Amino acid sequence: MNTRLIPLLGFVLLVVLLVVGLKIADRKTQIPSPLIGKPVPAFDLPVLANPGQKMSQQSLLGKYYLVNFWGSWCVTCRAEHPVVTELAKLKAVYIVGMNFRDESEDAIAWLQRWGNPYDVSLIDYDGRTSIDFGVYAAPETFLVDPHGTIVFKHLGQLTWEVVQTEILPRVADMETGS
Amino acid sequence: MKLKKLLILFLTLTLSVTGLAQLAPVQEPLVFENQLQQDRFNQLTEELRCLVCQNQNLADSDAQLAHDLRAEIHEMLLAGNSNDEIKQFMVERYGDFVLYRPPVQKNTYLLWLGPMMLLLGGGLILWVIIRKRSALFTANKDSDNQVS
Repeated sequence: MNTRLIPLLGFVLLVVLLVVGLKIADRKTQIPSPLIGKPVPAFDLPVLANPGQKMSQQSLLGKYYLVNFWGSWCVTCRAEHPVVTELAKLKAVYIVGMNFRDESEDAIAWLQRWGNPYDVSLIDYDGRTSIDFGVYAAPETFLVDPHGTIVFKHLGQLTWEVVQTEILPRVADMETGS
Repeated sequence: MKLKKLLILFLTLTLSVTGLAQLAPVQEPLVFENQLQQDRFNQLTEELRCLVCQNQNLADSDAQLAHDLRAEIHEMLLAGNSNDEIKQFMVERYGDFVLYRPPVQKNTYLLWLGPMMLLLGGGLILWVIIRKRSALFTANKDSDNQVS
């Protein structure tokens, strides 16, 4: 082989490497959740609307439900709020709002101001449950199947596209009985 | 003098208050039972990644999550969990990404062996070049000898 081609070959390899790097750069901050396919972490948390009452993952068995981590301090939660509201209108899936690291007064005021899309909101005041879910940003959304297994996770702002391509088809499977 | 006393009192009070404000830590320090626990805590927080600011470890990060996870690790240490158990706790929640030293497994072979392969490849190329040059050099020398 012509030895003059070696630097050129090296250059081409480098270009390929850089292109691949650029392609995956978008996904670099998206860390795959090790929780997919695992049972939903156990929780037993007070209900925001009625803190005397508690709700655990046990009582949610038997249906698909979304766990949406949100807080009144979270700007992106406000941005995704219309999407959650639209989804709630479809009544296709039960939506649990996980109000984490938040003051309940602020949370209630937030829901009153922007509207409450959640079937129920739970108080995760110290964020302990959010750690069990491996939440490291807000919002984060988990889809749990009727057996209590996490089947899908979305990191960051929920978009209508994600709702249509990832959430609704999975929930529809259940309704058709497959 | 009464005024002087008052002034001194005032100064002591204000100074001690400002002094306190400066001393007040951002977060309450974590208390350990012994030095070994403290060392293990330091080691673990050095090796675990803060997921909010992904280029910082838990020891360096000031993010709320890092603070909470430090508290969690502290609690687990006091409860007598081993380092491996604590790392397992983190991996179960955040995945291998949380470890600054990822385990050697199928999808990390390239990561672990890559530098070694680069070194070997580079060494090989260098070796070939040196061989060629020295062969060229001796050949030249021979031809020189022939001429003279």
